[in-house]
Amino acid sequence: MGGQGIAQILVYAIVLIALGYPLGLYMARVYGPEFRPRWLSAVEGGFYRVVRTRADEEQDWKAYSKSVIVFTIVFFGLLYLILRLQGHLFLNPDHLTGVPAHIAVNTTASFTTNTNWQYYGGEYTMSYLSQMAGLAVQQFVSAAVGMAVLVAVIRGFSRRTATELGNFWVDLYRSTVYILLPLSLLLGVILLSQGVPQTFAGHATAHTLEGATQTIARGPVALMIAIKQLGTNGGGFYNSNSAVPFENPNGLTNFLEMIAILLIPAAQVFMFGKMVLARRHAWMVFAAMFAVLALGIAIAYPAEQHGSQALRSSGINITQGHGQSGGNMSDKEVRFGIANTALWGTVTTDASNGSVNGGHDAFTAFGGAVPLVNIFFGEVIFGGVGSGLYGMFFYIVIAVFIAGLMVGRTPEYLGKKIEAREIKYAAVGALFVPTMVLALTALSVVTASGLASVFNPGAHGFTEALYAYTSQSNNNGSAFAGYGATNFSAELGALAMLLGRFAPVVAALALSGSLAGKKVAPVSAGTFRTDGPTFVVLLVGVILLTAGLMVFPALTLGPIVEGLSH
Amino acid sequence: MLRDLKSSAIAVVVLTLVLGFGIPALFTGFAQVAFSSQADGSLVKVDGKVVGSRLAAQAFTKPQYFHPRPSATAPPYNADGTTFANLGPTNPDLAKNVRTAARAILKLERPYNPGMTIHNIPVDAVTTSGSGIDPDISPAYAALQSHRVAAVRHVPLATVQQLISDNTDGRSWGFFGEPGVNVLKLNLALDGLGAS
Repeated sequence: MGGQGIAQILVYAIVLIALGYPLGLYMARVYGPEFRPRWLSAVEGGFYRVVRTRADEEQDWKAYSKSVIVFTIVFFGLLYLILRLQGHLFLNPDHLTGVPAHIAVNTTASFTTNTNWQYYGGEYTMSYLSQMAGLAVQQFVSAAVGMAVLVAVIRGFSRRTATELGNFWVDLYRSTVYILLPLSLLLGVILLSQGVPQTFAGHATAHTLEGATQTIARGPVALMIAIKQLGTNGGGFYNSNSAVPFENPNGLTNFLEMIAILLIPAAQVFMFGKMVLARRHAWMVFAAMFAVLALGIAIAYPAEQHGSQALRSSGINITQGHGQSGGNMSDKEVRFGIANTALWGTVTTDASNGSVNGGHDAFTAFGGAVPLVNIFFGEVIFGGVGSGLYGMFFYIVIAVFIAGLMVGRTPEYLGKKIEAREIKYAAVGALFVPTMVLALTALSVVTASGLASVFNPGAHGFTEALYAYTSQSNNNGSAFAGYGATNFSAELGALAMLLGRFAPVVAALALSGSLAGKKVAPVSAGTFRTDGPTFVVLLVGVILLTAGLMVFPALTLGPIVEGLSH
Repeated sequence: MLRDLKSSAIAVVVLTLVLGFGIPALFTGFAQVAFSSQADGSLVKVDGKVVGSRLAAQAFTKPQYFHPRPSATAPPYNADGTTFANLGPTNPDLAKNVRTAARAILKLERPYNPGMTIHNIPVDAVTTSGSGIDPDISPAYAALQSHRVAAVRHVPLATVQQLISDNTDGRSWGFFGEPGVNVLKLNLALDGLGAS
């Protein structure tokens, strides 16, 4: 590890907070009824008219959930058709054929659920139409759906004796037009200026200096990469994702893309604080998330810098300094080096982004365990846009409940009594996905069709399978990319992504709907305070114990065996 | 339910038209006007012919050229099929590939670097990159190759070292990322020496 690497990580943290805080306050305004930018209101009104709703018409948690699910299913249908039929459609200058059915099902589930798991190589599988009008549209929309659900859930916390949580179409529109779109255009222009392509022309052909021919894939990349990062999507234009210079040309783009990965999830914590009038509490939630993030980096960076046994024993020079960053450079890029690849790997899996700027499969045993465990926490350490914080509420409710048990009082959260019903919703929300991960991983390593996907031998191969179902179930999308696509793995993965998306959505909305109907009790001496450091410790403890205990037995079979086996 | 279906169908069409066609078309138009070189893939031309991209490694095997890092794509340096090698840290193939690559480099560079041992090979020289088309090598790997290139081309070592320095992309704003030497740009500059 070097001072330069540590300095880059610290600057990252400072810039994230400096940008996330004001953005959060702006977002809290955007979702309020008094937000009416002058000339844009006419366009907004037009959208509500065509989708047959009114801005002041609100929905209860069941109606809201129904709109979310129906909307996603309809979009699922359109995307599936585009992928299957791309060979017969326009914007296909390189004449790619239709996407095979099992890959199309997996990819459609992947992009409609904000996962962006990729069982295909973008540049040689997807036409420009599929990338731009199919996948990239979902990168906006699936992000906006997550953001909408979060706002509805927060309204349930702040309202008293109410049943309504807001209007899905309004929240969807505002997330897209006032938050995601302007940020994407801004980031897109910067990426473009640094070398990320944006063209409708087909691949370029070069005649190299040694007389060979090189085909160079390009396309409408820049705007897609911007929304891929900002919407915690992660699905790249190219197979090697943000390791490819055309997606991520230099240290500056790498830094900005990493900021973009966590920007909106971090801002949403501050937005929450403003909406429920509990800013100190929001800072404590932020502190808990940040603590786990820092812990991950503190493990991953030294592990990758230390390198693997294979590299150390080979005799080559892996010492940092003298013109190289050293360490485990396997499947990493020179312009990022170790610090920025380890930081990216941690950040992208704390957020449910899943884009990578180096190969996670080639990470060292403990360096690779960090992304895996991060995802297993249920994508609540910042997490996905929207989904991260509404996922975190499950853990918060459980933490408050445990505190209540310890002092022997009915637990309260934000002045509302937490009772049996809320605990049930929170428990389902927190435990459904990890349970599914273990079941699907088990299924995939005891069946021949599941084992066909494994690429690396031994304990590392088990980790590949565990990582695949952890990533898909939690809607992350990063991969130990050696794990291959078969009919079995593609379809099982699609199921994991859909259930992993909608079970928590419905649980969170139900929890919120239940809380919305309650009165606010006055704070008393016996109320457990959620705006102090005790709460941070308790919350981190609950996350580590709940998710950690579930994943630990599986970890011992994968990374721990691998890390200790030599 | 029916109402949700109708609203969804309309919203899906509107959102696809706006986010999938309208805005990308405008953005592409802007890109082609404001940043045409970057928008087209940062292609490098010599005498009007495209010889590669500043952002993609290409194969170099001749001794008068600097060589890029190993690539896991098929064929190597395929800019239309990027991929990782995905070899886990305990995969025997990783150790084998590293050994093979190190032996080849020793054989190639030792005649020009007396006393060179395997400890002089920086790690990026024997490991695959993430993209398979990493355009850069570490300054350490460039320094190792400089002796061979200078000798084969019969140019002073100092000249080659100057070109390495000219074609090193430092950290962005002097801070973000790590320095890398752009192999294609460096080799073009070397070829340019003879021409001028």
